[in-house]
Amino acid sequence: MIKPETLLCPSPAGLYCPPGDFYVDPVRPVARAVITHGHSDHARSGHGAVLATAETLAIMEARYGAGFAGQTQVLPYGQPIQHKDVEIVLQPAGHILGSAQAVVRWKDCKIVVSGDYKRRRDPTCPAFVPVPCDVFVSEATFGLPVFRHPDDREEIAKLLRSVAQFPGRTHLVGAYALGKAQRIICLLREAGYGDTIYIHGALQRLNDLYESFGVELGPLAPATTERKKDFEGAIVVAPPSAVADRWARRFPDPVAAFASGWMRVRARARQRGVELPLVISDHADWDELTTTIKEVKPGELWITHGEEDALLRWAQLEDVKARALSLVGYDDEEEV
Amino acid sequence: MRAFAHLLDRLSFTPSRNAKLVLVRDYLREAPDPERGWALAALTGALSFSAAKPAFIRKAMEERCDPELFRLSYDYVGDLAETVALIWPARHGANREPDFSEVIEALRIASRGQVQSLLEGWLDALNANERWALLKLVTGGLRVGVSARLAKQAAADMGGVDVSEVEEVWHTQSPPYEDLFAWLEKRSEKPSRDAPGRFRPVMLAQAVDEEADFAKLDPADYAAEWKWDGIRVQAVSERGIKRLYTRTADDISHTFPDVLDGMTFEGVIDGELLVMRDGRVAPFGDLQQRLNRKTTDAKLMANYPASIRAYDLLLDGTDDLRQMPFRQRRARLENFVAKARSPRIDLSALQPFDNWEELRALRARPPAGDPQSAEGLMLKRWDSIYEAGRPKGPWFKWKRDPFLIDAVLMYAQRGHGKRSSFYSDYTFGVWREDEEGKRTLTPVGKAYFGFTDEELRQIDKFVRDNTVERFGPVRSVRADKDFGLVMEIAFEGLQRSTRHKSGVAMRFPRINRLRWDKPAREADELRTLEKMLERA
Repeated sequence: MIKPETLLCPSPAGLYCPPGDFYVDPVRPVARAVITHGHSDHARSGHGAVLATAETLAIMEARYGAGFAGQTQVLPYGQPIQHKDVEIVLQPAGHILGSAQAVVRWKDCKIVVSGDYKRRRDPTCPAFVPVPCDVFVSEATFGLPVFRHPDDREEIAKLLRSVAQFPGRTHLVGAYALGKAQRIICLLREAGYGDTIYIHGALQRLNDLYESFGVELGPLAPATTERKKDFEGAIVVAPPSAVADRWARRFPDPVAAFASGWMRVRARARQRGVELPLVISDHADWDELTTTIKEVKPGELWITHGEEDALLRWAQLEDVKARALSLVGYDDEEEV
Repeated sequence: MRAFAHLLDRLSFTPSRNAKLVLVRDYLREAPDPERGWALAALTGALSFSAAKPAFIRKAMEERCDPELFRLSYDYVGDLAETVALIWPARHGANREPDFSEVIEALRIASRGQVQSLLEGWLDALNANERWALLKLVTGGLRVGVSARLAKQAAADMGGVDVSEVEEVWHTQSPPYEDLFAWLEKRSEKPSRDAPGRFRPVMLAQAVDEEADFAKLDPADYAAEWKWDGIRVQAVSERGIKRLYTRTADDISHTFPDVLDGMTFEGVIDGELLVMRDGRVAPFGDLQQRLNRKTTDAKLMANYPASIRAYDLLLDGTDDLRQMPFRQRRARLENFVAKARSPRIDLSALQPFDNWEELRALRARPPAGDPQSAEGLMLKRWDSIYEAGRPKGPWFKWKRDPFLIDAVLMYAQRGHGKRSSFYSDYTFGVWREDEEGKRTLTPVGKAYFGFTDEELRQIDKFVRDNTVERFGPVRSVRADKDFGLVMEIAFEGLQRSTRHKSGVAMRFPRINRLRWDKPAREADELRTLEKMLERA
């Protein structure tokens, strides 16, 4: 087999493919980019040409405006295209709407760049498809064995129980504007919550976009009513930064909730003054990371970002050849 | 185990007392007997298991997890029990998930050797939250911000009765409190309170409103005595049973065996627990050395000898005096204390006075001796019966004026719950000269109440507009000789402290007034505080 680094190698702008002359999720403007998903640290504006799923392109346009790239090309899940000598396929990553793994093949070498991913069910996007490969490029946001996310239905039940217990208070759920917020709303609907969910203005456009792709969110309304009393017993979804901000003062005695994988660690929740931590993440937890690696059986594991030390140690114990790419520029969007 | 773990988890993140009450009340309503009784016992500190030690948990963990992975995880999480709870590999089907009562009942009878294998089996079968709750339970101290008093209040709320009713029968009941719940759910009569050694709900005083109250009150109707700076206790010695209770019915007998030995009487005294040396009251800080401990030792008792200053008598032999007027109870008390001849009990003297002005002057300049360290005065109507709760009128407390200083706001921290969007916890400082003779601010205390909602909004804006640096939830605020927010701080007392850089620690500091008008350079000096040490 060829050396995998000749197909894909880390560079300051991100993962670069020399035979195809393109980057995957570059962190600065480049001529050609394959974008795995719409979170801003992976999908930046100003590239010459962008290849991505229709959903991801729509998200980028919603966030950056129509001219976010010189030209764009839609690539649906599972359809291979040939670029120079390199074959590119996008496969569902299960992270957010439109999120994909980039599968690149050249000569006898296949590399899967998983982007950000998770393995559990998400009503807003298709499930992750494991692709056996020579090199698996993985994130490790929650790459420590303490991160084992519970069943998200239990977390939603915790929220609904609290709403019933404190009918005079507003439950203010901090959730990342792209992906997490819509997933929380869908999960609430699946749990049978039919009331109007109030949303922060920053979510409006992305909610509309999700609905235009067929993700039904049920009755929503902006959280702007004049009378405090109207929010008693209500659920409000807002970006995490707004929950601890002056914006939150319009609500009666709010319960600060936060939906994030980081809420698994009590000190993290306490630091942020969260009263109701909801451990719901769009990233793979420790078990998802390790079972995925076992499933795709890569010859090599490359780790892009996150808690890589523990995952490297695990790979060593499991006899999987692994290295950390330590790519910079992928901050964790859940920390916002 | 699930419901109890959920309760602990919610409590640990819930700052507001009212919300905690709702959580505990709802749990007690929904959980079955005997589980809820064991939970109530755990919350009120009535359960303890000595057989499980953190070292064992660590060892058991090492057999299940690569030490390097454990080290990385522990570094990240920072708390051993929590790390273990999160990382413990679940063994599905290994065991049936135990219910909470089963866990408690097994722990109560297990030997040290058995505890370890029991624990391992349970940890295998529980989820992360439940493991966390279990580890907190067995390693002692739930530390979820729930006092015994709060738990009893929640039980009272559950049954729609006053908390004093729960307190009155509390010491006749024992875990898992099935009779108590049967009564609270109106399935049976109130448990008999006629148990020797039980707690009697205490009578509390209202703060006097100097302008409104004195105009209406006749000084001849009231007795005055000094308000001692210790803790309120109820000393019970009844048919061979001796108990020392706090005013919230916590049993602290085990911490004060010296006082218990000195309770050479048959009856119930209401009084102040104080550290006394050579017949003189020692500062409150000395008493603190003896409080909040599970046990005590001879050295501690010798260095901080405690005793009771009696001010009321509820039971004399078998006579319940609570329906008698204070004048008669007082006469009985004086005889009672004299007859007991205990070196651990003395009488709180009455302070004679003719009119309110005279009393006001005494309060401002207390006579030599113990009154100098008193917190103020107590006024009790001569004809008042001993009535549980805080009735308006019969008893008043008239606290000494607080100490006041002007300090400069240095740091502000985000609050919790309702105040999570506000910078509401303030660290303030006063001026001192450093070695080079330069004037700098040194922090002297922290306060988070005393201001109105409107003032909170103003300070919050000031903090946001004048932030110099941010460290997580804390902001440091511009404070120098030319600029800064001066706050008038009120506090009840001052002690030397080696833990604080300034060398002093305040009691009950709060914001008395905002001095937007006062230039920062004119705030007080550390020297001023040091001088106050003598007075406090």
